Amino acid sequence: MLYREAGQFKTTYAEDMAIFPIRQDRIALAILVGIAFIGVPLLATFHVWPFGSDYLLWAILLPFLILALAAIGTNILVGYCGQISLGSGAFMAIGAYSAYKLATGVHIPLASLGFAIAIPPLPVLASILLGGLMSAGVGILFGIPSLRIKGLYLAVATLAAQFFFDWAFLRLPWFTNYAPSGSVNAPELDFFGVVVRTPVERYLLCLLFVTVLAVLAKNLVRGNLGRQWMAIRDMDIAAELIGIRPLYAKLTAFAVSSFIIGVAGALWGFVYLGSWEPLAFSIERSLDLLFMVIIGGLGSIMGSFIGAAFILIVPILLNVLPTELGLPLSTQTITHLQFIIFGSLICYLLIKEPHGFARLISIGKEKLRLWPFPY
Amino acid sequence: MIAFGQFLEVLIGGLMSGVLYSLVALGFVLIFKASGVFNYAQGAMVLLAGLALVRALDLLVANGFPLWVAVVLAIGFAAVIMAATAWLIERFVIGPLVNQDALTLFMSTIGVTFVIEGVAEMIFGSDVYPLRLFPTDAWFLFEGLFPGGILVNKLDVWGALIAGILVGGLAIFFQRTKTGRALRAVADDHLAAHSVGIPISWIWFVVWLVAGLVALVAATVWGTKLGVQFSITFLALKALPVLIIGGLTSIPGAIVGGLIVGAGEKIAEVYLGPSIGGGIEYWFAYVLALAVLLVRPQGLFGERIIERI
Repeated sequence: MLYREAGQFKTTYAEDMAIFPIRQDRIALAILVGIAFIGVPLLATFHVWPFGSDYLLWAILLPFLILALAAIGTNILVGYCGQISLGSGAFMAIGAYSAYKLATGVHIPLASLGFAIAIPPLPVLASILLGGLMSAGVGILFGIPSLRIKGLYLAVATLAAQFFFDWAFLRLPWFTNYAPSGSVNAPELDFFGVVVRTPVERYLLCLLFVTVLAVLAKNLVRGNLGRQWMAIRDMDIAAELIGIRPLYAKLTAFAVSSFIIGVAGALWGFVYLGSWEPLAFSIERSLDLLFMVIIGGLGSIMGSFIGAAFILIVPILLNVLPTELGLPLSTQTITHLQFIIFGSLICYLLIKEPHGFARLISIGKEKLRLWPFPY
Repeated sequence: MIAFGQFLEVLIGGLMSGVLYSLVALGFVLIFKASGVFNYAQGAMVLLAGLALVRALDLLVANGFPLWVAVVLAIGFAAVIMAATAWLIERFVIGPLVNQDALTLFMSTIGVTFVIEGVAEMIFGSDVYPLRLFPTDAWFLFEGLFPGGILVNKLDVWGALIAGILVGGLAIFFQRTKTGRALRAVADDHLAAHSVGIPISWIWFVVWLVAGLVALVAATVWGTKLGVQFSITFLALKALPVLIIGGLTSIPGAIVGGLIVGAGEKIAEVYLGPSIGGGIEYWFAYVLALAVLLVRPQGLFGERIIERI
C-alpha cells in the first residue's frame, strides 16, 4: 500500500530522468542517509545500544564502508564494463602505498642524471586523492591488454598486476621508506587542522568519502560514459559498430574503477588499519571484492553495498556464532566450518539468484507495488 | 664452460618443475574443454587427493600392511574420494548452473574451493604430511664435461615420466574410447551433443572425475616434493599463466606452457633476480602470460577465437 507510484506525475524530462524517480525511494534514502550521518554518530558518542563499545563501529561499519567503496569501483569495471579483474587488491595497495609515499614525502635520487626528484610531504587529503589518481594511472596501463583480450583471459592478465605489486611492495624497500619490518605507519589524519582520531570521526570521514564517490559513480553510470561501458559489456563488437570507441570506453572504465579502488585502498590503510603490510592487499582481497560484486549484483551501485555487507559480516557471524551458542568446538574446527559454510552459501546464492541481491530487491519492489494483489 | 654448465642445470631444473605445473594445468584444460568452466578448485582438488592418499597410507602402514598393498589401497581410496567429489560437484554446483555466464561459473568454483579446503582439512587434518612415493635424491650428469656435473633431481625425472604417460593415456582416452569421443562432442557444442543422445551430466561427471584423477597424480608428485600441505592449493594460481601461454583448450599446450613457465622463471630468477631484489619467481609467470596474451590472445596452441554478432 505504501509503495505506490499513483499520483506522482512527472511533467518534465528532468523529473523523469532523476536518479530516484519514485518518491518513496527518495524518502527511504533520506532516512538511511540521516541515520548514517546523524543517528549512528549520536548513538556512538553517547554509547547507546548497540554502540555500547566501539566494536560495531571499528570491526564492522568502518571496514564495511571502505570495502563497499572498493566494491563500487570493482563493479564499475566488472559489472558495468564487463572486464573481469582479479587485480582489485593490487589497486587498493597502489592507492594505499602511493598515498603513504606522498604523505611522507617522495625522494627519487636519479644519480646518473645528476639530480633528484623530491616532493615535500603533502597534506593527507591531497595524498589520498593523488593515491587514487596514481592507481588510476596504473589501472589504465594494465587495462591496455583488455583491448585485445577479454573474459577470463583478461582476468589472468590482471592477476599479473596483483602478483607484481604484491612483490614490489614487499621486496622494494623504497615503497616502505626502508622500514626494517616492511610494515608502514599511516601519518596523522589532519584535514585542514581537524585531526581525525576517534572511531566516530573516522567513521564520518569514510562515510563522507563513500557518499561523494557513490553519488559520483551513480551519476557516471547513468550518463553517456556509463552507457558506453554497458554497450561494451553487452557486446563489444556491436558497440564498436554503432560508434563507441572501445579504447576510450574500456580505458575510462579502468581509470574510474581504479581511482575509486585506490581511494578505498588509501582509506583502508590510513583510516582503518593505521599500519599495514603488503599482505593486507593480497589476492584474497581481490577475490573478496569480486564476490561482493557478484553476490551483490553486477551493474548495481546499491548491490555493491549489500554485497560488501554480506561478504564482510557472514564470516564474522560464523566465527562468533558457535561461541555464542556455547558449542564446544575448537577454533580450528570453527575456521574449517566457516570455510565450508561460506563456500556452500556462495554456491547456493549463485545457483538461486545468479544476478545477486540487486535482482532480489528489484523483484521485491515489483511485488510491493502490486501488493496485496499477486499480479 | 662453468657458466654454460650452470645455465644447463638451471634450464633442466626449470623444465622439470615446469612439468609439475603442467600436471595441475592439465586438470584445468580438461574441465575447460568439456564444460567451459574455469576451474579454480583444481588446486584444492590436488590438496584433497593428496591428503586422502597420505592419511590412508599412514594409517595402513601403521596397521602392518606391506608397503605396496598399502600404496595400492591408499591410491584406490583417494580415487574413490575424488569420484565422490566429482559427483557432488556435478550434481549440486555445475549441473544447476548450466548455461550461466563464465564469470558466475568461475566464482562458483571458488565457492567449491572453500568447501573442499574446509572439508579436506576437517577430515584429514591440517598439518604438513610428508609423502614418500618417489626417490628424492639427485643424479650428477656429465661430470667429465662440467666441473661438478649437472644436478638433476630424480623426483623431477619421475614427474616428467608420469606427465608423459598421463598425456599419452589421455590422448588415447580422448581419441579411441567411446566416452572420450562423447566428451569431445560435448566440448564442441553441448546442446548438439545432448540432442544426439549423449548423457551430458554423465559426461560432466566423467570430466570432473578425470580431472580429479589428474589431481591425484599431481598430488603424488607435489606431495613428495613439498609434503602434503595447505599451500598446495596456491598451485592453482600458478597453473593459470601456464594455461594462458599454452592455450586454454589444448592438452599439449598445457605441457609446453608448463615447460616455458618453469624454465623461464628459473632462468629469470637466477640471472635477473639478484639485480632487482629477488623473488621474481612470484610474478614472472604472470607477466610472461601477459606478454603472450598481447601477441597471441588464444595462447600458443589454443583454438582461434572467432566472434560473430
